[in-house]
Amino acid sequence: MKLIKGYPESMRESIEKVEKTREKRLKEKYNQMSLEERDDVLNKFHPDYKPEVKRTLSAGPSKGEIVPSEVADLIESYPLISEKDIDISNIDYDVDLLIIGGGGAGTMAGIWAAYEGIDPDDILMTTKLRHGDSNSIMAQGGIQAADKANDAPEIHYLDVIGGGHFANDPELVEALVSDGPAIIKWFEGKGVMFDKQKDGTMITIHGGGTSRKRMHSAKDYTGMELLRVIRDEFINLSIPAVEFSPAIELLMDDKGQVAGAVLFNIETHQYYVVRAKATVMATGGFGRLHIQGFPTTNHYGATADGLAMAYRCGARLRDMDSVQYHPTGAAFPEQIVGLLITEKVRGLGAQPLDKNGEMFVHPLEPRDVESAAFIKECYGTGGGVETPTGMQGVWLDSPMIDMIKGEGVTERELSAMYRMFKRFDINMVEDPILVFPTLHYQNGGVVIDANGATEIKGLFAGGEVTGGVHGKNRLMGNSLLDYSVFGKRAGISAARYAKKASIGKLTLSHVTKYSEQLRKAGAPESRKSPMILPEYRGKNVLSRAIDIF
Amino acid sequence: MGKEYRIPSGLTLMKAMEYAGYRYTRGAGCRAGFCGACATIYRLKDDYKLKSALACQTTVDDGMYLVQLPFTPANKKKYDMENLNIAHNALLKEYPEIARCISCNSCTKVCPQELKVMDYVQASLRGDIEKAADLSFDCVQCGLCAFRCPAEITQYHVGQLARRLNGKFVTPKALHTEEAVVKLNSGVSKQEISKLKVLKLDEIKELYKKRSIE
Repeated sequence: MKLIKGYPESMRESIEKVEKTREKRLKEKYNQMSLEERDDVLNKFHPDYKPEVKRTLSAGPSKGEIVPSEVADLIESYPLISEKDIDISNIDYDVDLLIIGGGGAGTMAGIWAAYEGIDPDDILMTTKLRHGDSNSIMAQGGIQAADKANDAPEIHYLDVIGGGHFANDPELVEALVSDGPAIIKWFEGKGVMFDKQKDGTMITIHGGGTSRKRMHSAKDYTGMELLRVIRDEFINLSIPAVEFSPAIELLMDDKGQVAGAVLFNIETHQYYVVRAKATVMATGGFGRLHIQGFPTTNHYGATADGLAMAYRCGARLRDMDSVQYHPTGAAFPEQIVGLLITEKVRGLGAQPLDKNGEMFVHPLEPRDVESAAFIKECYGTGGGVETPTGMQGVWLDSPMIDMIKGEGVTERELSAMYRMFKRFDINMVEDPILVFPTLHYQNGGVVIDANGATEIKGLFAGGEVTGGVHGKNRLMGNSLLDYSVFGKRAGISAARYAKKASIGKLTLSHVTKYSEQLRKAGAPESRKSPMILPEYRGKNVLSRAIDIF
Repeated sequence: MGKEYRIPSGLTLMKAMEYAGYRYTRGAGCRAGFCGACATIYRLKDDYKLKSALACQTTVDDGMYLVQLPFTPANKKKYDMENLNIAHNALLKEYPEIARCISCNSCTKVCPQELKVMDYVQASLRGDIEKAADLSFDCVQCGLCAFRCPAEITQYHVGQLARRLNGKFVTPKALHTEEAVVKLNSGVSKQEISKLKVLKLDEIKELYKKRSIE
């Protein structure tokens, strides 16, 4: 296939139309939808509003709740280990605080637990891959916080609640927005290089569904910059972290408290027993379950292990029926399909367009509405652009950014995006880029209170594994704030709890009990969880693979 | 790896390895060019040059012969940010080995992000924190620079410290953030949010609809 500056001829024809309408669009103003119009497009076109792709949970503390079928399969599955396989009397690590997950929430929890007075030697972080490998590091666009003169936490509160379809837990939203400014100040004090004007004023922009410009960024490497700094801080505090060793089951004690976990070395296949006075669950979300077969922006390890493990201990889940599809995943070229195109591209002025170069939706609707509008354009009204592999997408007119904001802005503020496309010979300063919604975020999760405590004694949680903060839809920039606020709060709460707690006899009986419930409900025995890593090996290979270890 | 595989063209190195049957435990992270877990070095047929890439961001080529370096052993200095002295080149003090740089430019050549690594090491040596921070900003910490460096410098850790020093000591503080924290402590927002929290669904929907967008 012949490509002209990255695009085949068929797509070039459409790009010419985009170029022709650009002058006109630069002057036009496009209105946002009313709440009624939003509901209409969501009901008709959002993948999450199809009832047939979900089912009710048949066992456990959230029995009867509606969740995506892929999540139900994971939750209604049997443990990888049973009581008789594992010797939990032989303790490998005996600590005050166990943190499961090495992304943003886990790292913040460790730092703040140490600040709270727990000796770093009495903390253990365990991660599936390397410390820092997480969705947190991949976040691009920014972090919200109401710290400008025309803004206030109560205004941020209203945006979060409205964006979340008024289903959020008000206490959690209050905690999120109220801690925002102090979190930004803390990051700044730790040396995060936020985008600033010369006098130190933060450069802030809009995200979808925000009523004030409160998106703070560090180019389009915001997540990476934040995580690099907190990981550096975590290492400076000498907190131990065990890598390549995911937790595969939580341990409880005979008093009904969560009391540590069983870890699994994914290379040597050895298990370790951790006894802990308090445990923070920070395992992230479910992107790699590929809900409804969608591609995902998520990290390799995002397989919702924490949900499955916490559920077996009796932790309730909430808002799991709601899945976030990011409107702008890459739709071309094939090699990067599904990867994230940050919302900041639209925040800086790029418009979504149909194949004729016409705008069909306001660029900054909340994510679910924007996604539904894109799907409608591609599969409802036939305005999508077809790629050589038959995929549909809509244009995101990125050249507008430099036209509006000045020459060089794209390369400077979106260097990751610019680099990603340049690797495939596409220059997003000269040509638009093609996008389609991609699976992005687990809106719901484990129920917590404003201090990051779950309903199970000894178990705390923060970040994407939890539910309630974002209701049924998360706004851009609130996940980095979420992990910062609730990672911190969970770390502090867990530290305070650990100082007083005493652990009884360790047990895995909760796992046995849950398995019995599953058997009664008729769940097939072949289902096991956690998944740990998704399977991407070729079918030909797997058909002749044998497991002899 | 000593074995020959036939792979559909257009696949990234990472997807090609999986197509061939390898399951990643090390050497894969975000799969999107942000985490630096999949640093790869390779040679092409009949080419003496050793090349480098991120496996998730580079497509396969005929005769490609590769190995992945999921990490490069590198010691990170531990420091307390509050006690670093930028007037006396904290970078050189924490990482004195930067003085061993022989300006061979191997680090720059190997960087999959196309950063001017040698230039930021030289800036660090001069104590030019701002320049070192700026030039190293897009670093994904894959470690390829440290792997190639004949002077045993761990460039990506030096860049990390430069950025933190820059963010903390060189760039002016955001006064509005400071003011927002002070204002929050006054309790006004807490009162306003308390009012919002008790509103009925219809009432808060109305407020949301009417909110001004600036």
